[in-house]
Amino acid sequence: MPDVRAPDVEAVFRESYGRAVAVLTRLLGDIDAAEEAVQDAFLTAVQRWPADGVPPSPAGWIVTTARNRAIDRLRRESTRADRYRAAALLADDSPPPEEGAVRDDRLRMLFTCCHPALAPAARVALTLRLVGGLSTAEIAHGFLVPEATMAQRLVRAKAKIRDARIPYRVPAEADLPDRLSGVLAVVYLVYAEGHTASAGEGLLRTDLCAEAVRLARELAELMPDEPKVLGLLALVLLSESRRAARVAPDGSLVPLPEQDRWRWDAALVAEGQELVRRCLRRGAPGPYQVQAAIQAVHSDAATAADTDWGQVLTLYDHLLALTPSPVVALNRAVAVVEVHGPAAALALLDALDLPRSHLLPAVRADLLRRLGRRAEAAAAYDAALALAGNATERAFLERRRAEVAGAG
Amino acid sequence: MPQYLLSLIQPAGPVPPPEVLDPIMRDVAAVTERMRATGAWVFSAGLHAPETATVVRPADGDFLVTDGPYVEAKEHVGGFTIVEAEDLDAALAWGREVARATTLPVEVRPVANQGV
Repeated sequence: MPDVRAPDVEAVFRESYGRAVAVLTRLLGDIDAAEEAVQDAFLTAVQRWPADGVPPSPAGWIVTTARNRAIDRLRRESTRADRYRAAALLADDSPPPEEGAVRDDRLRMLFTCCHPALAPAARVALTLRLVGGLSTAEIAHGFLVPEATMAQRLVRAKAKIRDARIPYRVPAEADLPDRLSGVLAVVYLVYAEGHTASAGEGLLRTDLCAEAVRLARELAELMPDEPKVLGLLALVLLSESRRAARVAPDGSLVPLPEQDRWRWDAALVAEGQELVRRCLRRGAPGPYQVQAAIQAVHSDAATAADTDWGQVLTLYDHLLALTPSPVVALNRAVAVVEVHGPAAALALLDALDLPRSHLLPAVRADLLRRLGRRAEAAAAYDAALALAGNATERAFLERRRAEVAGAG
Repeated sequence: MPQYLLSLIQPAGPVPPPEVLDPIMRDVAAVTERMRATGAWVFSAGLHAPETATVVRPADGDFLVTDGPYVEAKEHVGGFTIVEAEDLDAALAWGREVARATTLPVEVRPVANQGV
């Protein structure tokens, strides 16, 4: 007796929902119709697989079944245009698309979901839904918004794709660098949101981290020759390698120097470092490659004291030249502390302006604490606490504030 | 072929002097000429200032006529072009050209019902 349970279908669902929707969107020219057809196919799978067994190629079976369901549905519909489309679909009696064609469809879907005409929040939601195969409820949970809000966001975004005719294609060579940056930004945003949840109780929302790693891996599979993509994958892998070490058993934040490096995931570190080496061999690294290289330097150090801060600082100089933003300048200042001391770094902070972020006062507080200027440090911790939204980060800042206040 | 409305978003205030405006108008004319040459151009027009607008609205079976514009704003639609374009990317390419020529923001919006 074949033993197929719902979890089998669920595993196939996570693996192949995005691929199937991508193929069907090309065939049907409509994302909603594609999703409907693919969902129909999974419903059929739930009904049939327990009795018939899982087919040899579950993903191919889903695409073929979805296509047949779409034809049935179009035939039932009464409009002439739909009947014509059904006939065209039937005439396309090609075997299930080969891997190369599926790859192209998945890329098309990514570029459509990350089109600059869509709001950034909508790009993220669409990518998680249509490429990642996450349910609306899962995405809503990841971004701490009500499910109805997320559903509305997805509906509006898909309506814009349809009504404004956002094309389903990989951009032309001339537009590719720009558009690819948009895709990478979405993956990075998913990771960043999962890594330090901007609000709420827990420090990490691991589902989003795992999803970003999956998207980055998929992107690297789809565009294996794109150094920016490899850089982003290396960056998320190296960050991900520290996930277990980053949160203490009581849920509090463990800063990098205090992390138990034995708890870093050695396999992810090795994979990330190999990617960084590959990126650096190609030369002219972009921002993601340089950020990944910085993380790789940290991963190289057996203890915090072994960190090659000189190299970290050189890389930050490079990153600041590529992306002159106050956040990068702030991170560079942290490396300056280790190379030239807290006083030199403190002078750099005075030139920075980062309104509404707790990061600048938090770093300033840390430097003042190291310089023994306790009263000023306490005031800076207060300023950071007034702006920090994440409960775990707040607890860390409060602990440090109590230390400087108590010792003073 | 789908159509798109390209609206020119103009700041409130006096019309720029001819030495500023003239080269802009030449650039705009060149873009319009390219639109015609490729068959994308459907219609275009520049509008008088918003203070010249009048609003007519239905009121109790009759109509109320008031001094316009309908919405007082720091920016208004100063002119528009309708183009035919195969998809949003093609429409945005025209949008970029108009924005470059006019140095103004351009809103690109799909037309829902042509000729209704």
